[in-house]
Amino acid sequence: MPVGLLGKKVGMTQVYNEAGEIVPVTVIQAGPCPVLTVRTKDRDGYEAVQIGFGDKPRRLATKADRGQVADIESKRKKRLEQGGRTLDAKAGVEPQYFIREFRTEGEEHGLTVGQKLDVNHFAEVKAVDVIGTSKGRGYTGVMKRHNFSGLGAAHGTKKVHRSGGSTGQRSDPSKVFKGTKMSGQYGNTRTTIRNLKVVKVDLENNLLLVKGSIPGPAGQYIVIRHTNKFD
Amino acid sequence: MATTSKSKTELLKIASEGSLRSNKLSFEIGDTVDVRTLILEGDKERTQLFSGVVISMRGSGMCESFTVRRIVAGEGVERTFPVNSPKVADVVVKRSSKVRRAKLFYLRDRVGKATRLTERRVNKKEEAAAQDSE
Repeated sequence: MPVGLLGKKVGMTQVYNEAGEIVPVTVIQAGPCPVLTVRTKDRDGYEAVQIGFGDKPRRLATKADRGQVADIESKRKKRLEQGGRTLDAKAGVEPQYFIREFRTEGEEHGLTVGQKLDVNHFAEVKAVDVIGTSKGRGYTGVMKRHNFSGLGAAHGTKKVHRSGGSTGQRSDPSKVFKGTKMSGQYGNTRTTIRNLKVVKVDLENNLLLVKGSIPGPAGQYIVIRHTNKFD
Repeated sequence: MATTSKSKTELLKIASEGSLRSNKLSFEIGDTVDVRTLILEGDKERTQLFSGVVISMRGSGMCESFTVRRIVAGEGVERTFPVNSPKVADVVVKRSSKVRRAKLFYLRDRVGKATRLTERRVNKKEEAAAQDSE
């Protein structure tokens, strides 16, 4: 899979297309994403590219955060150097808020550590997938979570108006089947929206406009990848 | 990162900038207007006219729209236009009226002579002032 981008959901608005029709779009602040590490089969056992997004202020970053992205003095480095080994080159950027890897199994990506990917990456792409975390709704009943109809509002229904009703029947089967829809935690899960059309790429402001909505609240970090769904 | 200094609102504004109307439409509530819209007929484009009274203006930015009401064959017809739509070619003000409301929905309950609005004549002084400010 080609390397995608990381970004932040800005919010939704509308734009007009060439035909003069309104298109609902989600604005994503995508990139610039520095390449932090290139994983190789020999060293790591798998091939991938690790990229970051969003500069973390030094006061919030741990030393480990800084060591991941830049060459800093450490005991380990000193020890390795004494043993005649050198650490791999670092990207030399600020600590990053959001770091993800993209698997590149047997693929020529031509990316090197320290290189910056910007939104132009998607300039020629028609559609993308967006991966984010959906809005958490907490512990929810079946009406909200699974669109159950609930029980009657009147005709003698007492205290169970939003109930899901029976789940285990009587003597047969006298158990609750696995996977039965019940109340529980709703939202706050990893959610992928596939095949979102790219409407516009704004390199100057690092903005990516995709048609339709994406999971999660505005300001959330998201992963944008080339779509694997083609219609 | 330099880009994070821009707020959400600013970024959304930037995103929809290209879709906003470059020539601002100027009319007010209560104005009798001719709205010229472009419609595609086969592969030819022609303009369609819709004239009536502006009874409502709502929204801002990309979502801004206005509603025009007219009477067709004794039946009230209302049409809402997005201000920024490229299909709204032009709005020509034919007549201005004296109104005391931001929304003229009360016109819906009226028929015949009761729907008339008092004309507001724009005097020369005001007109000159308006041109100066532009």
